[in-house]
Amino acid sequence: MPEHDAAQEVLRLEGLRKRYNLGKPTEVEVLHGLDLALHRHDFAALVGASGSGKSTLLNVVGLLDQPTEGELYLLGRPTRRMDDEGRTRLRRESIGFVFQFHHLIQAFTALENVLMPLIVAGGKPTPAQLAWGRELLAQVGLSGLEQRRPDQLSGGQQQRVAVARALSTRPALLLADEPTGNLDSHSAAEVFALFRKFNREFGCAVLLVTHDPRLSVQCDRTITLVDGRIESDRR
Amino acid sequence: MWAQWTIATRFLREGKAQSTLILVGIAVGVAVIVFLTALITGLQDNIIQRTLGTQAHIRIQPTEEANVVLAPADGTVQLLLETRRAQRLRSINNWQQVVAAADALEQVRAVSPVISGPAFARRGEAVESVALVGIEPARYLRIIPVQEDIVAGSFRVGAGDAVIGSQLARDLGLQVGDKLRLDAGQGREAVLNVAGIFELGVRELDSRYVYLDMKQTQSLLDLPGGATVIDVTVDDIFGAREVAARLSRLTGAKAESWMETNAQLMNALRSQSLSTRMISLFVALSVALGIASVLSVSVVQRTREIGILRAMGTTRRQMLQVFLLQGAIFGLAGSVVGGGAGYGLVWVFNTFGPRLFYIPVDPWLPVAAAGLATVTGIVAAAVPARRAAALDPVEAIRHA
Repeated sequence: MPEHDAAQEVLRLEGLRKRYNLGKPTEVEVLHGLDLALHRHDFAALVGASGSGKSTLLNVVGLLDQPTEGELYLLGRPTRRMDDEGRTRLRRESIGFVFQFHHLIQAFTALENVLMPLIVAGGKPTPAQLAWGRELLAQVGLSGLEQRRPDQLSGGQQQRVAVARALSTRPALLLADEPTGNLDSHSAAEVFALFRKFNREFGCAVLLVTHDPRLSVQCDRTITLVDGRIESDRR
Repeated sequence: MWAQWTIATRFLREGKAQSTLILVGIAVGVAVIVFLTALITGLQDNIIQRTLGTQAHIRIQPTEEANVVLAPADGTVQLLLETRRAQRLRSINNWQQVVAAADALEQVRAVSPVISGPAFARRGEAVESVALVGIEPARYLRIIPVQEDIVAGSFRVGAGDAVIGSQLARDLGLQVGDKLRLDAGQGREAVLNVAGIFELGVRELDSRYVYLDMKQTQSLLDLPGGATVIDVTVDDIFGAREVAARLSRLTGAKAESWMETNAQLMNALRSQSLSTRMISLFVALSVALGIASVLSVSVVQRTREIGILRAMGTTRRQMLQVFLLQGAIFGLAGSVVGGGAGYGLVWVFNTFGPRLFYIPVDPWLPVAAAGLATVTGIVAAAVPARRAAALDPVEAIRHA
């Protein structure tokens, strides 16, 4: 066993590098050997200028993209050698995503969107899962709107549905890419409050990419990325 | 599969206009294929039935007489100028045994020995050349049901009775009950009673055939106890060629199937079938391309949603299945509608059409069409589905 408590460790990066256009004249390294660990109940902001590699890091951490070098442990499991199927399964079991734009699927109702990760993992939702989906929607303040289609909801409401969806599998890690960037300040505050609440209640680690200093100062930890390197990691 | 099915059907329902258009396209294609296939099958069945209504499926005849040439002595070259021998009317050797052999074959439905040869029919000054057909009525009528085409009198070929064609009756001014004088040459003559007049609808037969008792014909043709032809019908008319070959090997006699006798017809039917199949193939191909292009557009339109679904934990395989299912649904739904429309057309043809022939309704055709269309849909969806599965989720989510 490592010296720190592995059960508490959600994510660990070791010398993680990401290069694009491998073997071509345009080859470029975006992430230059990052080391980082996130634990349960961590609430971290990832900040940095455009082009600093924030989104790339988030995609790699979210197992949507693969590191070129180094290793990424998710819940103690090394992921670099996993195939697409394995990474997809691990992703749906342990990671929740919230994107800048709500990214709901128009063909499904709010409740179905919330349950989508459970549906693709296990098929038709059970009564218990349906109840859980309703409860999540209630927690984000959308009771009674379960059967609405995304286009029948306001922007703030849609983003709250997306937050509920990200939590439906009770993930160990919640990743958010500018989740409030497209919202007015009132809705943004509401959505941020939801992250706080779920971080406290479910204990899921939160990694939140943001440009907004008003949000980052409210986080417990601020990781600053400059040109693909972690410049500072303040608590 | 529930998840894939739900996503596939929701996507289809959301793009209603697109789905409806391609469904109509598939339905039209399937309707054309079903109707065309039924029409051509009906037409060919009809032609074959008419052709085989007045002839046996297989005719067994005596082997031709050939000159016997002695082999040349060793070391010598033989030049041969051969005049082929005239083929006199002969009986099949041991025809009773040939009949028994044919009767014993499983695929054979009916066997009838016939003695047939030329003669003149006279009435007063009028002379017509005719073909004498000496038969055993019980056996012969199972091959060609002449009794169904009797227009006057009855089919009776017992002692002293003959049944003649309607054209011959007109030419000689004969009616049922009149006397008919037959002259088979070399002084062999007979006067018979016209017992019945038939009309098979084939001019050649109606003006030439004279049905007689076998014994009477044998004596007229001077072939006592002989049979010149053995007619055979089989259960599967398209297997006639094989049965004929088998009979030939078994008996040593010459057996020829209707397919060889009607080589022209068979050729025409085969060309027709081929062109029908070509048309069907190209229609199916354009339907498949239609499905493929609609799904390709759909994959592009849904790139971002595919990316989100992948981020939500949908595997590549599931993504592939979503689009393959869409192809299958298009094929199946389109073929159900199109099959129905095709049958509607068949019904309209049978009810209001020229009524030259009836198109039979094969209950398996729509099942086969639906199965084939579903498979076509899946195959057509393969390329777009693979593209959807291969999408990089990061790029896909960023897609505007």
